[in-house]
Order: sequence, then structure tokens, then C-alpha cells
Amino acid sequence: VRTVNSFIGSPIERLEDLRFLRGRGQYVDDVPRAGVLHAAILRSSVAHGRIRRIDVAAARTHPGVHSVLTATDLLNAPYLGGRVPRVPMRLQPLPDFEPFGQPVIAESKVRYVGEALAVVLADSPAVAEDALALIEVDIEPLPVIPDRRASAQCGALLFEEQGSNLAIKFRAVRGDADAVFKDAPYIRRESFRTQRHTALPMEPRGLLAEWDAERGRLTVCGGAKVLFFNRRTLAKQMGLAEDAVELVENDVGGGFGARGEFYPEDFLIPFAARHCGRAVRWTEDRREHLMTINHAREAECDIEIACTRDGRILGLRGHAYVDVGAYMRTNGAVGARNIAQFMSGPYRIEHIDIDVSLLLTNKTPVGTYRGPGRFETDFFRERLIDMVAQDLELDRVEIRRRNLVAHADMPYRIATITPFESKDEFDSGDYHATLDRCLAEFNWAGKQQLQGKLIEGRYHGLALGCFIEGGAAGPKESARIALEPDGRYAVYVGSSAIGQGLETAFAQIAADALEVPMERIRGVFHGTTSYVSDGYGAYHSRSVVMGGSALLDAAEKLRAEIRARAAARLGCVPGEVEIVDGSTAVAPGGKSLPLQGLSSDGIAAEGAFLNKKHTYTYGAHAAHVAVDPKLGHIELIDYVIVEDCGRAINPLTLHGQAIGSAVQGLGGATMEHLVYDREGQLLTGSLADYLIPTASDFPTIRAVVLEEHPSPINPLGAKGAGEGGIIAAGGVMANAVANALGSFGAQPRELPLTPSRVWALAQPAQSIA
Amino acid sequence: MQVRFEVNGKAVEVEVEPRLTLADCLRHHLRLTGTHVGCEHGVCGACTVLVDGAAVRSCLMLAAQAEGSKVVTIEGLSRDDDLTPLQKSFRKHHALQCGFCTPGMITTAHALLSEEPDCDADRVREVLSGNLCRCTGYISIVEAVLDARSAYKPGGGA
Repeated sequence: VRTVNSFIGSPIERLEDLRFLRGRGQYVDDVPRAGVLHAAILRSSVAHGRIRRIDVAAARTHPGVHSVLTATDLLNAPYLGGRVPRVPMRLQPLPDFEPFGQPVIAESKVRYVGEALAVVLADSPAVAEDALALIEVDIEPLPVIPDRRASAQCGALLFEEQGSNLAIKFRAVRGDADAVFKDAPYIRRESFRTQRHTALPMEPRGLLAEWDAERGRLTVCGGAKVLFFNRRTLAKQMGLAEDAVELVENDVGGGFGARGEFYPEDFLIPFAARHCGRAVRWTEDRREHLMTINHAREAECDIEIACTRDGRILGLRGHAYVDVGAYMRTNGAVGARNIAQFMSGPYRIEHIDIDVSLLLTNKTPVGTYRGPGRFETDFFRERLIDMVAQDLELDRVEIRRRNLVAHADMPYRIATITPFESKDEFDSGDYHATLDRCLAEFNWAGKQQLQGKLIEGRYHGLALGCFIEGGAAGPKESARIALEPDGRYAVYVGSSAIGQGLETAFAQIAADALEVPMERIRGVFHGTTSYVSDGYGAYHSRSVVMGGSALLDAAEKLRAEIRARAAARLGCVPGEVEIVDGSTAVAPGGKSLPLQGLSSDGIAAEGAFLNKKHTYTYGAHAAHVAVDPKLGHIELIDYVIVEDCGRAINPLTLHGQAIGSAVQGLGGATMEHLVYDREGQLLTGSLADYLIPTASDFPTIRAVVLEEHPSPINPLGAKGAGEGGIIAAGGVMANAVANALGSFGAQPRELPLTPSRVWALAQPAQSIA
Repeated sequence: MQVRFEVNGKAVEVEVEPRLTLADCLRHHLRLTGTHVGCEHGVCGACTVLVDGAAVRSCLMLAAQAEGSKVVTIEGLSRDDDLTPLQKSFRKHHALQCGFCTPGMITTAHALLSEEPDCDADRVREVLSGNLCRCTGYISIVEAVLDARSAYKPGGGA
């Protein structure tokens, strides 16, 4: 009997859970290794200044200290060629960004609080930290650029030789916006702002590096997300061949865009290991994490919308400004670029002209955080649409229905971005259907009378918003499947696991493709650079689409190879061999051969999936809040997410992604904020100051994941998912608060909606937050 | 200094610096790495262990303070052959993703359910609100804990 599998689409309980639930996961700081040196990093307490002197003599002679490294040690290392390496751009690697790359250790200037100045290596982490206090640093302070306005005025320059604090401007264009604005019947201009916050994975970053001097090999544990890119970078910086460097991915305690990018420490710790000839371990503390991991989301816009009187959007134009911090790091341009490209969101807007300036400031550099640029633009755009609806006296649902890209318009070309020219289109879907389903799940019609209503001292508000989520970044992903001598299959992928349940989803896909029970998949091995020839990792919701499709290709190739080997033994041609249950090869006439032992050293095949197009998951959110005007507290009474992701590999984990990302988005909407003072000091350096949601904050969220419109651009029909819950949350919550406090004329233009800000919105004379 | 206490039913004697936290002692001296350290300032709850039955943040307690006490970690709440009812419930409800906060969630929930097997959803949320999770959004964790209550009632098998 031929097995017909259907693991894809089943809510399979996760394989990973068996170790995580029993405390048997192995995160990088859990990796056992005796005789290591522990690193601690001295970080600048000055936001902008010129380094006059760093005196490490006292630290160097402190008992238990092995050595102390500064930029001088890098400059003296023969294999570094007399220069301090820079953190490279991974995405949008334009030459314009090169002058703004971050040196892995401060050389002559410091440009943000937290920038590395020296590395102490000692017998224990405590001794290494003790020695930090013995290093004397003399920095001549320079005027601090605390925000994008000061940055644009160029009163002080972060990079004097560049003559400007503007790293680059991206522009998104479609049609002729200026022409349509000339005689538009209705125009509204607004300014909005989203705040600096960050991904905050629960596991701090860590690394364990070992240098094998005899073989000239470097091994680094603690990799995540994009190991192959990081290996290429590190090998090049160290003057080593790529295959002399191995990056190992351990269990990873959350990614969300920030973790796993190439940070200064990803050079410094391996360098320390090579320099000292000892294994070196480094684990950051939470304060270090908050001041050094990529920040995100600090953006403002001045934007204009042109409409007909019946609410059809004719054009969108304006300017956006992103505070990118002190340097351009690996993916530091993505959020800003996306703000330009996705300002129009899921709506059909024929005429668009948006530019976005990337402005350097004396703050921690930025990178991506789940839904980069999309969270920001959904807040800007959905707020603006509600304001337009109010002006034109249109229903908030109806104005969205009139403007959503229609099913018949697919694939739909969106605005083109320059420079790094990128043309893109929405692949498939029925955006109206997810909106309607969201309203039905939420009971939008039944709750209408609650809008602005005062019940027991609190004002109730409703809101809805629509979003699109890009996924499946190319260009390629690799996978290898091996039939082992015992008849089981081992799966190796170039994708990375960051806690999202990759092993389970890939085991489901592989079992279906090989037509075997999941128990026959011995394991899914990921991330580590020795498993496959190349890999592109986990970002832009790409793992299932790219890695999953590569797995299908590997399975097909492996089955062909098995047929060929079996045919030789069965005395027929490969095309005649049938593989039954993934365990037996059968020739015409019934002669058969077990696959177990077919080859004494196993049979393997590597597959790939190449793709330059993106998938677009889409959907809608709706919220019901109750706002206390005296305390400024927002209670979330109901929240519904409906999204269509084409095809769900595991509905259980996908649902978990939707709820989890929504709560992150609600945190960004209401509480999360990395606050700096005018001197560039980070004021939120602990989890007591940087607030994220807890179990009691948002207990009522419902998510519905649909599979109505599979993606036409990959064999699984899947679309990148997992960011949809976060993207619309800021706009929807702000609109819900505006709706609740409509009698005060409240118009939130800034996030987060903290109690003090909400309280201010509920003051009678108040109109601008 | 010498510290003697009991970990997961076994007596241990450890030579520690007075400033060593219980978390670091468990992780690095006793190699019980299931206890995770997420913030080192008592906010995230990932390092929660049971000390004489009470849920305690092992990053805020010195190893020296554990002298003479009974400490139970995630390893002590786990079995080799199978998941416990509480762990099974977490798996069934998909109450974990990256797994980093999970040991702290399990130890905290175990302490709660051992004392209050009849607790309601609000009580579970209140108690778990001291443990941060960045992946799940908590709803599935609360459901998992509520669903595991029966195992903590007399004859429940937890």
C-alpha cells in the first residue's frame, strides 16, 4: 500500500519541545568547554568624542587577567593588514554606505554610548568585569547629535570627512504624484512619528570561539540567522579561507530580526581567541544588550494624501526620516527602504512619490525588527486613512474597501525604489476577503454602538487596519537529504532556527516529499556552515518558502539517485523502479530491495531553490479597547487577526507566530521605548525601564490563518508568515484610542501610547499629542 | 567558601566565591544549564528555581544563601522517559517557541499549581506576569497551565 502523507497542514506537536521543556536545550552559553578565557567589553560612556588615550596597564596586571585588547592590538595583528575591520552591509550593499561602516572596535572616535573600546580576557567573567574598572579612558567630548533634526542641520558631523550626516535617501515612485495633487478634490497633510525600540530576544547574545593554530582553523559557536554570510565576512576579515572557518548554530533564544546579524563582537571574540591561542567565551548582559544590539523603528514622516470626495485615494507623497544611529550596520537600511516602498500598504494607489532620509545620530545603530518599515508605515497610513474618513464623513470600512488592491489586479506592481533599484509585485490574494472575514470574526457590525461610548468611567473604541507582509527573500536556499545506511533520512538545510519551530516544519515537509512517516526523519540539521555548500539563513520570513522548496528539490533528486542505485541491483532501468513507503525499491514484476543497507555509506542529494520574487501574506486586524481618561490606561478587550499565508505547513506553530507577533506589536504600540537624553545617554538600560508585554497585558487576542490563495511562485504555495501580527498593531491601536476619545478630538500622531500620552489626549483642550 | 545544599534530591558541596549567584553556581559549577539567565536583575524570570518549594529568582540569590536548603531546577522537574503532565500540556498548547523562558515558566507554574491547583485564569496570569516571554504572547502558556491543573489535584499524577 502506497503511503499518502499529509504532514504538511497538520498541527504536529513540535519535536524541539522535548528538549526545551526539560531544560535540555543547548544555547551557546550552555556549551561545555573547559579552560576558556572569559571576555568582558569596555564600552564608551560618551556618545560622541575623540579618543585621546586608553590606558590598560593596570587592568593587564590585575590577577587573573590574561590580556586586554584595544584597536592597537588589531592594527598590530599581521593578518589584519594594518586596519581595523568594519561591519559590512549585508542587504542593499551600496557604495554610499561604505564610509559609514562601523569599526569593530573604536579607533579614533566614539559615536554612541556602548561602542566597544577594549576587550578584557580573564579566568572568570567576574574578574574580567573587575578589570574593566581599571582601564583609564580619556575621551574629548564632541557636540552630540541626539535626533534626526540635529542630524540634518549638520551642526556636528559624525564623519567629518563626509561633510554630511545623511547616509542616503531612498525614493519610491509610481505614476506622477505631483500631477495628481495639482487638481485633487481633497488633500490632507499630516506628520507622524514612531519610537525607537528593539526586538529583545530573551536569550542574550553570546559567542564561544576557538582557534586551532596547528590546522589554522577557527570554530565559532553562537551563530544564528545568517551563518554563511557571517562566515564569509569573518574569513575575509581574518585573512582565512572560508572553509577554515566554521560557524555553529546552537539553540537560539529568539531572533526577530536582531539576533544573528554580524556585530562587532562577532569579529572581536574570534580575534581574541586567535590572538591569545585560547578558547574565548563571551556572554553579554542585558544592559549591554539594550545598548548594543540593533535598534529599530525610530521614524517620522510628513505625508500628504490626495483623494476624491468619495474616498478613492489618488496619490500619496511626502518625506520620511529615519534615525539610523551612529553607523550603517548589516541590514540598517532595510527598515527605511521599506518605509518608502510600503507606505501605500495593501492599497491601490496609482501615484506615489515618497522619499526617506537615513540620518546618522549618536545613538546605537539600527537594524531590522520583525515587520521592518511595515509596522511604521501601517501606523502612518492607517491613521491617515481614519483621518480622511472622518473629514469626508465616510465609513472606515468602506474607505478601505474602495482602495484595497483587488483580486483581479493580481499580480500587482508596487512603487519602484531607487537607488538599488527594486521592482516588486504582490503575488496573489483577495485582500477584500480577509477584511470581510476579520470584520465577521470580530463582530464589527454588532459592536458599532460602542464607539466612543462612556461605560463605567472608560471610553470604548474600535478600529480596523489592513496590512501586507513581504516574505521569501532570494536569491537561493540549499538543502541536502541523506538516506542513511539504517534506512532513516537526515535533513540538512541552509536555513537557520531561531526558535520558530523550523525542525518540525522541515521534518513535515521532508516526510511528505519522501513519503515516509516523520519518525523516519532522523533529524533536521540546520544553520551550521558545514552541513550544506551554502545557505542564506532566516530573515524576511523566508525559511519555509525558500528552505522548504529546496527540500522538495533535494527529495526529488535523492529519490532519483535511489532509483538509479536500486535499478543497478534489480536489473532494470531507473525509471521503472518504484519507491514504496520510502523504504523499499520495487522493480516491474515485483522484485524488491529494502533501502536499508542500499549503500554502506549512505546516499545523499543536495537541492536548491532559486527565487527572485517575494511572497505577500496579507490580512486585517480589528481592535476593541476601553480607555481610562484619568489614568491613561488602555485595556484591550478584543483583538482579531485574520491573515492568508497561502499554505500553512503547521497550523499550530503558525497560529503561535500570529499571536506572538501581535503581542510584540501591541508592546510597540503601547509601551516599548528606548529613551535617550540630549547627551546621547540611554535611559532605558534594564528590563525595569524598557517595558515589554507581560502575561496580564493582552490576554484576549484571536488569530485566524487562511489558505485561500496559495502563492504562485513556489512549489509549496506557501507565503512567508510570522510578521503579520505585528505589522498592523500600531496603527490599529492608535485608531482605536482615537475612536474611544473622539469626543476630545484626540488624534494620536506618535507612538507609544503610554499612559501619560493617552492621558494628555483625553484632556479637553488637547488636540495634538 | 564552602556551601552545602541539596539540588534535585542530591546533596552537593560547592566551593564558591561569596559573590557568586545561585544561577551561576547551578549553571557553571553544577552544570545544570536548564536554568537560564536572561537579565541578571530579577525581571525576566528565566532563572526561576524552587528553593524549599518556593519559586525564587536564582540570579538575585547568592549561592551562599542556599546553604542547607533544598533546590529544585527544571532538570529536577523532568523525567527521562516521558514529559510530565505540565510539560505535555505546554507542548499540546504550543506554549513555547524558542524555549529560553520555558524552564522559568515551568518552575513558576509548578510552584503555583502545587500550592493552588484550583487557581483561575486571572491568578495564573498574575503569577506568570513576573516571567517574560518574547515569542508566544503568553495566551498559550496560560492555557497550558490551566489545562494542567487536574494533574496537581489529589491523584492527578504530577
